[in-house]
Amino acid sequence: MTTQVAVRHALVVADLRVETVTGTPVLRGVSYEIAPGEVLALVGESGSGKTTAGLAALGHFRRGLVPAGGTVTACPRDGDPVPMLELDERQRRSLRGTTVAYIPQDPALSLNPALRVGRQIAEVLEAHGYGASGAERAARVAEVLTEVGLPGDEAYQRRYPHELSGGQQQRVGIAMAFACRPSVVVLDEPTTGLDVTTQTLVLRTVAQLTAEHGVAALYITHDLAVVASIADRVAVMLGGEIVEAGTAEEVLRRPQHTYTRELIDAVPDLDGGGEQARRAPEGSATPALAVRELSVAFGGSPVLRHVGLTVGEGECLLLLGESGSGKTTLSRCVAGLNDRYTGTVALDGRPLAASTRRRTAEELRAVQYVFQSPYSSLNPRRTIAQSVEVPLEMLTDLDRAQRRERVAATLERVRLDPALAGRLPDQLSGGERQRAAIARALVTTPRVLLCDEVTSALDVSVQATIIDLLCELREELGTAMLFVTHNIALARHIADRIAVLQGGEIVESGPVDEVLTDPAHPYTRELLANTPRM
Amino acid sequence: MVRLIARRLVISVAVLWLVTLLVFVATLLLPGDPARAILGQQATPERIAALHAQLGLDAPVWERYLNWLGGVVTGDLGTSTASQGPVAELLGGRIAASLVLLVLAAVISTAAGLALGTWTALRRGRRADHAVSGASLVVAALPEFVIGVALVVLLSTTVFPLLPSVTLAPPGEPVWSRPSQLVLPVLTLVLVVAPYITRMMRATMSEVLDSGYVEMARLKGIPERLVITRHALPHAIGPVAQVIAIQLAWLAGGVVVVEFLFRYPGVGQALIDAVNNRDVEVVQAITLLIAAVYIVVNLLADIVGILTNPKLRSEVSR
Amino acid sequence: MSTQSTVFRRALALPQARIGLVLTAAVVLLAVLGPWLGPWLTGHETTAFAGKPFRPDGAAGTDGLGRDVFTRFLAGGATLLLYAALATALGVVLGTALGMVAGYSGGRLDSVIMRGNDVLLSFPQLVFALLAIAMLGPQGWLLVVVIGITHAPRVARVARQATVAVAGSDFIRAAQMYAMPRWRILLREVLPNITGPLMVELGLRLTYSIGYVASLSFLGLGVQPPAADWGLMINENRIALVVQPWGVLLPVLAIAVLTVGTNLITDSLASAAAGREKEVVA
Repeated sequence: MTTQVAVRHALVVADLRVETVTGTPVLRGVSYEIAPGEVLALVGESGSGKTTAGLAALGHFRRGLVPAGGTVTACPRDGDPVPMLELDERQRRSLRGTTVAYIPQDPALSLNPALRVGRQIAEVLEAHGYGASGAERAARVAEVLTEVGLPGDEAYQRRYPHELSGGQQQRVGIAMAFACRPSVVVLDEPTTGLDVTTQTLVLRTVAQLTAEHGVAALYITHDLAVVASIADRVAVMLGGEIVEAGTAEEVLRRPQHTYTRELIDAVPDLDGGGEQARRAPEGSATPALAVRELSVAFGGSPVLRHVGLTVGEGECLLLLGESGSGKTTLSRCVAGLNDRYTGTVALDGRPLAASTRRRTAEELRAVQYVFQSPYSSLNPRRTIAQSVEVPLEMLTDLDRAQRRERVAATLERVRLDPALAGRLPDQLSGGERQRAAIARALVTTPRVLLCDEVTSALDVSVQATIIDLLCELREELGTAMLFVTHNIALARHIADRIAVLQGGEIVESGPVDEVLTDPAHPYTRELLANTPRM
Repeated sequence: MVRLIARRLVISVAVLWLVTLLVFVATLLLPGDPARAILGQQATPERIAALHAQLGLDAPVWERYLNWLGGVVTGDLGTSTASQGPVAELLGGRIAASLVLLVLAAVISTAAGLALGTWTALRRGRRADHAVSGASLVVAALPEFVIGVALVVLLSTTVFPLLPSVTLAPPGEPVWSRPSQLVLPVLTLVLVVAPYITRMMRATMSEVLDSGYVEMARLKGIPERLVITRHALPHAIGPVAQVIAIQLAWLAGGVVVVEFLFRYPGVGQALIDAVNNRDVEVVQAITLLIAAVYIVVNLLADIVGILTNPKLRSEVSR
Repeated sequence: MSTQSTVFRRALALPQARIGLVLTAAVVLLAVLGPWLGPWLTGHETTAFAGKPFRPDGAAGTDGLGRDVFTRFLAGGATLLLYAALATALGVVLGTALGMVAGYSGGRLDSVIMRGNDVLLSFPQLVFALLAIAMLGPQGWLLVVVIGITHAPRVARVARQATVAVAGSDFIRAAQMYAMPRWRILLREVLPNITGPLMVELGLRLTYSIGYVASLSFLGLGVQPPAADWGLMINENRIALVVQPWGVLLPVLAIAVLTVGTNLITDSLASAAAGREKEVVA
């Protein structure tokens, strides 16, 4: 018999503690509960313990982690609450997929590459004895695929995961989780790596399914803008603890904890920023960087088609494009890292050679590049100061003392603690590394700085500081910037003008305010509509 | 996929052709007059002249190569200078004897290696894992003849005198007519190769068990037995097939030492004798044969790899 | 932490590394000092009991030619170690150079180098050595060269794979941004970042080199009589295994301890390097 509580929670986690096998605490007493039909967002940055807290709901702990106290209580659709952590592995497994289901972060890694997708869904049903017959289960597979907005037919079910797009793979993952009609689903950053349009579709599917079937959802994410669009309640995690919890409205509009406030302030917003005095495009002067009729094809298929853009003296152009648009190829062509293109790249009106090997030292000093991931752009075997010194060594005649002096000045300019100069990259945080990478690009005082998705490998709060730094540096040094990103929300924070790249073509360009308020191209409109706002 | 396999086939044929070139060029290394080098300083001028004619040494190099290659292709492997008989005849029975040794060792070590590797991967960090991993690490370090001598001391001459330490089949009688004399050579080869397969299988399996799709299968509530047989094992087979191929090639090298140690009448011992006698045509034939076996085994492993990879497999169907 | 020294330090923390070091050091000391130690310890040269085959004279008796087994044992490791070390060095240097050039350049040069590798890889190492010895006769330099050459394509495969993984990194692109010359990118940017797998390869190749040099001598095609050499001793004494077991057992034991030692060190390096890679990924 069930107790008559006003709201019976589908999942209750109380004072959960988890530590590593060596005894380092990972979760320090985490408590949360979710009612049927409710979406709780668990927000935190990398290392906050949010995934551990989510997996614990399934009674699963990754290698090297052990539970150290607390309870996890899950309530099946028709039955009494079950104390998850008191069960043995067999019993826990019989609850996974039926009572508590999991939707992983990266569907490309989580779907078995050797099994057809229909098979992978049917397998969950078989393992839990769902339905009386094979036919009934086959019908359920088709039904649940339709529910997530995929074709349920035989041909589709016979596909392998690699034959689906990222968004489709993720929806197969969702179908797999909802197949046995669980009462709780745990979603672990399910839209990371998806384009905004696909992200919107996936979010809509999740919201619809949880509401329709009265499923309690735990939505793990680092993205506060997504939280605003999907969550009923929010819990913010920091260092293995929940520091703030409440309704989405409360937490996002009236944050109490300083960390929450920091996080919210750090989120780039379409409407935010704007305190920069944006320059009007100067028509008369020669642009610092001009790209004309640039085309690239890899193995016969075009990647870029007759692309043209200009970046004025001291101006920042935001080059917007989703994955596969050709934006990285374009910035590499400009940098001289990809010399297989037709068309011209001109610096101050003078055309540049295609390859860095045929550019002069002066030209090489003038165009510099900041890479996406500071984790792979710095040689792990060199100290920060050594890495920053290399461009001076290769491209200038400065003697050693002068180079050292210049390196120290540049590190100071990017607000990097001088004590870090002698360290190796892996002794630095992600944000510090990216500052070092920016210092390396600035050390030759370039005319044009190419920034390729420089924030996307970093945590939200760090992203904001890097954007601020770039803005300040632009003020101080007057460097022109080509800022390549997939995130249109950054536009008002950094750029003067926008160019939108889709399928290798510039479909729209103009001043930031114009493009954001009155987009001319349907693709830009779609992007704007799908970008979540706080 | 068919195109991929065809491409792989063409590469194998090209490599085989380059191997014949290399084996032929090696004879050009013979210092001075090859006929004298082969027959020694005491050889009479008549014999040297006869050998010149027999080897076609007076013809230009490329012509000699084409003649030799033509012979190889048609099954004429030349004449042994030591026995004065055709090489093909000399090798016939020995190839069968070596194959028995190789196939037995390959089958036993592959089965044992795969089983032990999987078993330890599932017991990572436990005592059984440490014991097997430690033992395989030690045995894997030992050269073939060290293992062979140790087995002889242990099972034949000194500790437990159970098995014959040398092969004593009279000429004409096939080696497998007395199975007891096969035990030590086969066991030696198994101990040489099985540790590698075990270690590789354990490593591959561990990697697969840590993969996202295995974690996902567990989080879907699939019973562990199915997680292993359906989600883990199939992904370990492809990479391990390559390793097994390399190890079988290793067997082809190890078989030389083992046959010499146990006086086993196979190809390996013939090779040692031929090297000692400077019997160039026999050396050429045997090295070419072993290389061909290796190339074929490797080709098969690659085809297994292609067939077990759904990404490559489904490309044909579209 | 990914500095070179931490890989070594972490490897050293593993028990197999310590055992391996002790075993290896013991045999290396024995082999290096043996030729002088032998006569000093026993008070006589190997030939002191000439004409007394299979006699219990000396520490371990005499062999079929009446030579003192223990003195010969002490003298028999030096050549083996020297040849194995030289062959390993040759193979690793050659293979690393080929693999790095192939992996970094890609394209046609890569294909040419790797197809050349495939041809050499088609021969088991020992069989290739026998082919060369059949033509040129058993000579020390040939052993070193031929074992080194057959190691090279195997090392090259590992070096190439590691280079390809590093060459895709943005820090290599950054170096290209400053028009750094290719050789300098290879030496200063790539090489320091692939030392992990190369150290493992070095250990593995050393273990195999010892095995091959000893095997060839055992086959009678390496070090030639009347020299004292472990592999050769086993060959000469195995007929008399029952009468004079020490002539076989001592060298077999020494070779076994040596290869087990080097293999344990290699394994600890592999674990330490793999642990580091995992950290980088995480």
